[in-house]
Amino acid sequence: MSTLTISGLRAAVGGREILRGIDLEVRSGEVHAVMGPNGAGKSTLSHVLMGHPGYEVLGGSVTLDGVELLTLATWERAQAGLFLAPQDPVEVPGVPIGDVLAAALIAGDRAGEAAPAVLHAKMAAEAAEIGLAPVFLERAINVDASGGEKKRIETLQLATLGPRFAVLDELDSGLDVDALRAVSKRVERATLDGTGGSPKLGVLAITHYRRLLDELHPDAVHVLVKGQIVASGGPELADELERTGYAGYVEPEVAPAAIGPDPFGGLFS
Amino acid sequence: MSEIAAREVPSSFTLASGESIGDQKWLVERRLAAFETLASTTLPSESDEEWRYSRINELDLASFAPVVGPDPGTDSSAASAEQLLSAIGPRSALVHSVAGLVRSVELDADASALGVRISPASALDEEPALLDSVLGSRSDAFTLLSQAFCRDVVVCHVPAGVRLEKPIVLVHDAGEQADGAALFPRTLVSLGEGAEASVVELLVSGGQRLLVVPISEVDLGNGAHLAYSTLQQLGRATWQVAYQASRIGRDAVLRSFVAALGGDYARHLTQSTLAGDNGTSELLAVYLGDGSQVQDFRTFQEHVAPRTKSELVFKGAVADTARSVYTGLIHMHAGAKRADASQTNRNLVLSEGAHADSVPNLDIEENDVRCSHASAVGPIDADQLFYLESRGVPPEIAERLVLLGFFDDLLARAPEPGVAGYLRAIVAKRLADGVLASRERELLRDQETRRDGVVPA
Repeated sequence: MSTLTISGLRAAVGGREILRGIDLEVRSGEVHAVMGPNGAGKSTLSHVLMGHPGYEVLGGSVTLDGVELLTLATWERAQAGLFLAPQDPVEVPGVPIGDVLAAALIAGDRAGEAAPAVLHAKMAAEAAEIGLAPVFLERAINVDASGGEKKRIETLQLATLGPRFAVLDELDSGLDVDALRAVSKRVERATLDGTGGSPKLGVLAITHYRRLLDELHPDAVHVLVKGQIVASGGPELADELERTGYAGYVEPEVAPAAIGPDPFGGLFS
Repeated sequence: MSEIAAREVPSSFTLASGESIGDQKWLVERRLAAFETLASTTLPSESDEEWRYSRINELDLASFAPVVGPDPGTDSSAASAEQLLSAIGPRSALVHSVAGLVRSVELDADASALGVRISPASALDEEPALLDSVLGSRSDAFTLLSQAFCRDVVVCHVPAGVRLEKPIVLVHDAGEQADGAALFPRTLVSLGEGAEASVVELLVSGGQRLLVVPISEVDLGNGAHLAYSTLQQLGRATWQVAYQASRIGRDAVLRSFVAALGGDYARHLTQSTLAGDNGTSELLAVYLGDGSQVQDFRTFQEHVAPRTKSELVFKGAVADTARSVYTGLIHMHAGAKRADASQTNRNLVLSEGAHADSVPNLDIEENDVRCSHASAVGPIDADQLFYLESRGVPPEIAERLVLLGFFDDLLARAPEPGVAGYLRAIVAKRLADGVLASRERELLRDQETRRDGVVPA
């Protein structure tokens, strides 16, 4: 049993505080959904967890089984068992998926799994399970792949690497119904069985819409508004959000909306 | 840029040396004619549009003299030739030229029986009709110097309908030279109607201060297919001013691949003239500069005939204080209806002191055409690195993967399979020894700094 604990996490982008104290705990086998309106800080949360250099951590901690992740480099966080499936997976020309996975496995002292025959058999089996055409195993990663294919490629990497926790950032964006089902099924199986020798996967699914949750069956739903978790509950909370939207959680603006720099440079003031 | 006085061809390039080389009447006449024109020709300067960003003003031509006489001398660095030959495997022909003289031509019996002809121009009683004509108006002081002082020309002809399965390999070795030698290796390749062939050309030189002016002319008859690979692995004190001109006939296809790895200042001009309806030209190049190297490319995609297609992709990386220059022109001539052209130039700038210039241009005289161009100059993509690192790949390995991938993307399209493997090994070693070794030291420093930094409260 593993635990991912986020406490009091605060972070800024370009000097502006986006995450204003996040507390979450996810255990092996659990699926937690983080939902929220645009601009709530959902993507910031996923980037900060993985250590993206464009974000500044202001305070708080993120531990995986007691190990502080915030002081680790991105690759070390991954090796500690954290996986991020980004909203827009990056194309890396000339670099096949197998090379990336082999490098990651070798860096994690798992050279046996990185052996070409072993790795390729694993990738082929995963590709078949999630309906990814085998041609993508030979191509450069994410290059010439549709939105749905990219998410399948993410899922294949997740299943091959076998992390303890996965942050799925808008996994459902760009997916048709079939792809969403195939990808969700594979993730769900990982939460039930684990992947490879690893324990059951814990999931933090960040999403704007409920449809991913129809497939993923979350144990808990959290509502993220303006960088804070404003409500937490069971799956029924997602149903309620579907009906009422986020309006009930967004405080009415007290002061007039922030005004940008005076376009006239003070000429008329 | 300050104006400098027009420079004339210096006296080290003398008529006497022009006369003393070769004895074929047509060759001597050609040399003399070029030499006379040279007298009234000035050297290009960086204020000329085609030579902007170049280092041509630095060239002290008077400190060079052409290599003359009937003796090819000895090889310089045949090691890379041996490696290339073993990577390529079986071949139809091997031509070895040393210091611009053709030393040996091995043509296999099958190719010979099919009518393939490869010979030094000095063995031909008449001037090959195509010589200088493909280059055409792309003529300047350097092409004239080549006409006047090139010791010989490798002439290859594949007759109509002949499909050569194995490549023709041309090794141009500058040979063991004293500092200040000027060399003018030259190649003419022609394919008859419907012929198919692959040519691999290797340029090597030793460590001396040399001026090498290679000129290759390629003429493709209607429906001919040619793969033309040029591997520039000149020594690090060699200046190169290279020209590669092609004329593509109706329905013909050229797949050109250039790897520019060596040289001090290495310039490569590519001109591909799509002269026949529905001709295709694929122009690919990879280049790598480190130390104080300058890799300089000028390209001209000349669409003359209707429905012609060209695709240009040049990709390179510069490190240390190296520079690269890409300036390219897509020229759609009036009448090139429904022609389709693209040019893409991507540059990785790996060190603070390195620099890349990229200037794509269009000149369109016909309405009914499609053109696209893309150009990029920048460091290794941070998003790509983060993505790989987020999978658990350590930063130094992520960099190597991204960098090799940047080149592999294009090496995978090398038209001669053995060439791709040969270049992949060289590029990987160059990156590991030079560029990446210094990058890894930088990364290590960054990591240490981060660990020493403030741990979030």
